[in-house]
Amino acid sequence: MKTTLTTIAAACVGALLAAPLLASTPAEDQEIWQEYFKKRFPKVEESDFANGVYSIDPVGRENWEAIEEFPPYEAAISDGEEMWNTAFANGKGYADCFPDGPAIAGKYPHWDKDKGMVMTLPLAINECRQANGEEPLKYFKGPIADLVAYIAYESRGQVINVEIPDDPRALEAYEKGKEFYFARRGQLNFACGSCHISSSGSTLRTEILSPAYGHTTHWPVYRSKWGEMGTLHRRFKGCNEQVRARAFEAQSEEYRNLEYFMTYMNNGLELNGPGARK
Amino acid sequence: MPHRKPLFAISAAALLSLVATSTLAEMPEMDLDGGDPGAGKQVAMDRARGNCIACHWMPEGDSPGAIGPALVAMQTRYPDKRDLAEQIWDPTIKTPTVVMPPFGKHGILSDKDFRDVVAYIWSL
Repeated sequence: MKTTLTTIAAACVGALLAAPLLASTPAEDQEIWQEYFKKRFPKVEESDFANGVYSIDPVGRENWEAIEEFPPYEAAISDGEEMWNTAFANGKGYADCFPDGPAIAGKYPHWDKDKGMVMTLPLAINECRQANGEEPLKYFKGPIADLVAYIAYESRGQVINVEIPDDPRALEAYEKGKEFYFARRGQLNFACGSCHISSSGSTLRTEILSPAYGHTTHWPVYRSKWGEMGTLHRRFKGCNEQVRARAFEAQSEEYRNLEYFMTYMNNGLELNGPGARK
Repeated sequence: MPHRKPLFAISAAALLSLVATSTLAEMPEMDLDGGDPGAGKQVAMDRARGNCIACHWMPEGDSPGAIGPALVAMQTRYPDKRDLAEQIWDPTIKTPTVVMPPFGKHGILSDKDFRDVVAYIWSL
């Protein structure tokens, strides 16, 4: 099944260079995406795609399950909980900004009609801080990863249900995210999809490439390679740099739109963050 | 077998506008006979240079990846060494959908490393 022919090429990327513009709706894209992975990995229970590469790598899964016995993200959850329960200097706290919290991860990302942009959870957290006279947190790691880890933990089991509302600007943001995902970039000329769609399940040296379906379910992540927690946008940056492309800023329009597209593709999967990965 | 239909179609213009790193589109004239297969092997196995081993099985290669085809019988597949060189220079010319990086076109390898790796791969 894991063919080694060059035909495995980025089906979704390169073929399009020669293809005419075929308009498809987000709902159609989502169905094609999810069906693609279900056919590519017919033995994987659909809900298991939320577990990333471990849905298709039984050996890696054993190690991962052993790590999950004493999760390396536990301290982050505790630290995040303390942040959530600690009042700002003005006496208010996160709960004043997020009255439905802390289990609010399933509400993000979403299209913010008033601002005309994709709103993510880390961005909303910093807006809350700044509205209360606090310094914004840095986005890649550290306290923001702790707080989001706590929120993610409290939100476990929520089903991803990103909406692309009937607003041309929302659709444009989605399309930009999609374009980002399938555009080749960097000196190495890879798109996100080069590895995580058309080569998913194959091996790069001994590394099994994870399926893209499920990539957004489990953030933030304690990544052994980092030796610490990091956010989804930190991972985006790492991927861009790995293909020797210029990375974008965390919470840039590019990465927010990418998150919007990717999370929409995962609609129906359960949130299971924070996670542990190699 | 996984099916290979394109997932989505987006406009070629949009894609091309994002591919901004190209340097030398055409492979320049070069003396391909001057390559050193021994040095080329180092390039092929070196993660920071050719890293062919990341995706291709090669004789004597440790833990190869499986994304590309095994590099064997190369002179049967490429009787003309220049055709092989052009494939490594920019494989997207023959196969626009291929994942493999354009090692020459994007300046991933120095000219010497490029000639050496061509000599090595052609020897397989």
